[in-house]
Parts: sequence; structure tokens; C-alpha cells
Amino acid sequence: MHKTSKGLKIFAFLVYFFLLAPLVIIVFASFGPDKSLTFPPRGFSLKWMANIFKVEMFRKTFLISIKISVIGTLIALVLGIPAAYALSRYNFRGKSFFNGIFLSPALIPGIVLGFSLLKYLVIYFKLPIYTSLLIGHVIIIIPYIIRVISSSLSNFDYSIEEASMSLGANKVKTFFTVVLPNIRSGVIAAFILAFINSFNNVPVSLFLTGPGLSTLPIQMLIYVEYNFDPTIAALSVILMAMTAVLMFIIEKTLGLSYFAK
Amino acid sequence: MKKYSFYLLLAPGFIFLFVFAILPLIMVISGSFTTEEGITISRYIDFFKDGYYTTILLRTMKLSLIATIVAAVFGFPTAYYISKTNINKRGLYIAFAVFPMLTSPVVRSFSWMVILGKYGIVNNLLTKIGIIKEPLSLLYNEFSIVIGFVYLFMPLMILSLVGVLENIDKDLVAAAESLGATRFKAFMKVVFPLSIPGLIVGSVLVFTGSLTAYTTPQLLGGTKSRVLATVMYQNAMTLFDWDTAAVVATVMIVVTIVISGLINSFARRLDSRR
Repeated sequence: MHKTSKGLKIFAFLVYFFLLAPLVIIVFASFGPDKSLTFPPRGFSLKWMANIFKVEMFRKTFLISIKISVIGTLIALVLGIPAAYALSRYNFRGKSFFNGIFLSPALIPGIVLGFSLLKYLVIYFKLPIYTSLLIGHVIIIIPYIIRVISSSLSNFDYSIEEASMSLGANKVKTFFTVVLPNIRSGVIAAFILAFINSFNNVPVSLFLTGPGLSTLPIQMLIYVEYNFDPTIAALSVILMAMTAVLMFIIEKTLGLSYFAK
Repeated sequence: MKKYSFYLLLAPGFIFLFVFAILPLIMVISGSFTTEEGITISRYIDFFKDGYYTTILLRTMKLSLIATIVAAVFGFPTAYYISKTNINKRGLYIAFAVFPMLTSPVVRSFSWMVILGKYGIVNNLLTKIGIIKEPLSLLYNEFSIVIGFVYLFMPLMILSLVGVLENIDKDLVAAAESLGATRFKAFMKVVFPLSIPGLIVGSVLVFTGSLTAYTTPQLLGGTKSRVLATVMYQNAMTLFDWDTAAVVATVMIVVTIVISGLINSFARRLDSRR
């Protein structure tokens, strides 16, 4: 191998060590028996894994997070798929304007969005906090849906659609029986990607949670500010396992190369 | 009528976003300029006169800029290496960059609390070897925030660059070298200019991400090194000073737009010099 590329290889390895070592440390530390987090751990214990399930707040907020993310993603799919279809199928006046609006939540700082939702939805319009939290998550999810669905529609051959219509199917029927099945893997990938980003969200949830209603990341944030035991490490391991499974689904549907574009 | 049916497909999502995202945002921004007496910029004058806030604004910009530069300096060679590996290895590298990106930011920031904490890994190691007697305070300062930012956004930089670098025609480099350019010169004259779009996307993502991040500075910065996002949250939720929070929110958006624009125009100038 060339000498310069060997140096480059070591450099890349070190950068990846920096990226992955902290997560590996968390995994090892979560199995330590001590009351405070230590690395390397002085033994092996599943005590802290078990402790996650004993902390009522984690169990409760985990379920809330799952619910908010799943419902939020479903709503965003219903709003986003037709929009993504219109944006990639037709050319019309104001197309880039609409495209910009649909992608804008990705550009608005999450913390500003959360604040403005609290100020206007919760306080001004007196919407229930749960509804507002759900709306906030739908907003941040929509850009992911639009991007992924548009990307899978760009590979879709619209002449199939015309064939279906010339054979007598109407527009709606064609969409559900021809277009949608063809972008099925894109829809699955969009669901997973949207779910995971909603599930992990902090800045929007931060303003839209309170006594009685919180999400898991917010609860973890509060916990680590006052506790330094391995419970959070153990919880992190479970979340990482979940991420790995979801990533596997993304690889099988969209392909992870989507991220390097 | 049928001609405009696509507007019908756009309408539900558009109305949803307009009512729930755009309108509240516009109201926050316009609200920061109005009082009962009318339009005013007095809140902004107060903000920029107050040393406390200008320090935080400058600190946030400085830390985001450092994080962007560090991510670019370390990300570029890494992405370049990845783009030259074979397709299987490349997939693995991409997967290992995506994994941290999809992991909760709370988990990722927490891991650095474990590493840099008073009784964390680094301090333990240094004490054991005997280099230091008392634990160093590595956490809750600007240094730990920058580490957190770089850690958080490095995958975005690497992935943006890999996407561009792997599409550069290998024959171009070979042609430059066969025409007498050294390896380094071929890189500087061919690969680097063509990779600038990826560098811009990556830099804008790292900079705006750092500028508006909340979790990392909250966990790794403590109360002494506040940034715009944490001070905005504190204003809104602890001090109930909603007016100042709206000003900070507006400043954050303006800085984000201005700096992204600057990075873009700087890159365009680099591009036209070619």
C-alpha cells in the first residue's frame, strides 16, 4: 500500500475511534456493579439494567415517547406522502416555494420551534399540552418524510401509472394499487427514520412537557443532571440496541448510502 | 379544476405547517419588535448593550465556528479515505457514522460526562499514572462543549463529504497525475475544488447544528458556559422573561441565516477562482 494512504488510514481509524469509543465505554460501564459509573467496571452486574424497569418515570415516559413518535409519524405520512407525490410528479408555479415550506422545519432551530409552539399553541390558543407535543413532533418529522419519499419517487417510472390509467383505473385507485406498492420500501424507511428522530428529539419536547407529561429523552436529561449512577448507561444500551435494529431496517429498505449523498 | 388537483395534494400538509409552524414563528419574531405602544427595537438595544448577552452570543458563535473547523479538518481526510475504499468497506464506514448520528443526543453527551467528569476516565487514568494529583476540571467549560459539538456533528460532516468525494471521477486524478502533477498537486487542483459543495453542506450543518444545540451545552457546559440555546430556555422557563427569550430566538435565527449565507458566498468565490 502507498505510504501516504497508510497514514490516511490510521488517521481515519483514529477519527472513528473518537466516534465509537464513547458509546463502547457506555456499554461496558452499564454492566459495572458500583453505585457510581466507573470504567473499566470492577465486575459484572445486571443490577442497573434491572433498575431501569424499577424507575417508574422511565417506564412511563418510554411508552409516551413511543406513542408520540408512532402517531406523529403516521400523521406526518398522511400529510407528507401526497405532498411529496405532487412535488415530484408535477411541474407547477410555486413548486420551489412549496418545497421550501415543506422542508422548512429542518431549518428552524428546534429550540425556537418548541418555544413558539409553547407560546402560541399552549398559552395563546390553549391547546392541550399533549396535542401540542404531538403537533410539534409532526412538524419536525415532515421534512424527513418529504425527502425520503421524494427520493424513492424519483426512481419511480410514471409510465406504469399512465398504463394503469389507460386500462381504466382512476387516479386514486392507481395511486393506491400502483404507485404506493412501488415505493413501499421508501415508506418503511421514511417511517423508521422519522420515528427515530422524533423519539430522540429534545429541543421541541423540552418546551412541551411538564408535570405528568414527559418524553424519555427529557426524563433522561433531568436524571443525568442530578444522578451519576449507571442506570442511564444501561438505558442507553437499550436505546442503542433499538437504534441498531432500526438501522438494519433502513439498510434493507432505503440503504444506508442514502445518508452519504 | 382537474389541472390544479396537485394543489389539493399539497394543501393538508401546507396548511398544517403554515398554521402550526410558520405562523407561531412569525408571531414570535414580530412579537419581539412590538409593545403595547407600537413597534420598537428597544429590546434589541437592551440585548446588545447587556454584556451578559453579548458575551453569550459571541461565545456561541466562537464555539460553533471552532467546532465547524475542527470537524472539517478531521472529517475531510477521513471522508477522503472512506471514498477511496472498496464499496463493502465504505458501507461499513457509513454505517458506523450513521449509528452515532441516530443515537440519542442525551446518550452521546452523557458519554462525554463519563469520560471528562471529575472522577471520569481521563482523570482516573492521569491520576493512576501519576501525572496529576488532583482531578482536572475538564467538564463544564468551553472545551467540553466544543468536544461535544464535534462529537455530535462529525458524522454529518463525514457523510456530506463522502457523498461528494465518491462521485469524483477517478480518471480526472489519474489524468492530472499522468500530465505531470504530483499526488499532492493533483489532490489540490482536482479533488479539493470538486469537493467544495460537500464541504459547504457539511460546514453549514455543523455550524447551524452547534449554534442551536441545547442538550450538549446543557450537559457539558454547566451554568458558567451558557450559550444562546441554554440561555433562551432559562429565560423562558426559569425566569419567565418571554420577551428576552423571543429576542434570543430571533437573534439565533438571524445568525444562522447570515452565517450560512456567508459560508455559501465564500465557497462560491472559491469556486469562481478556479
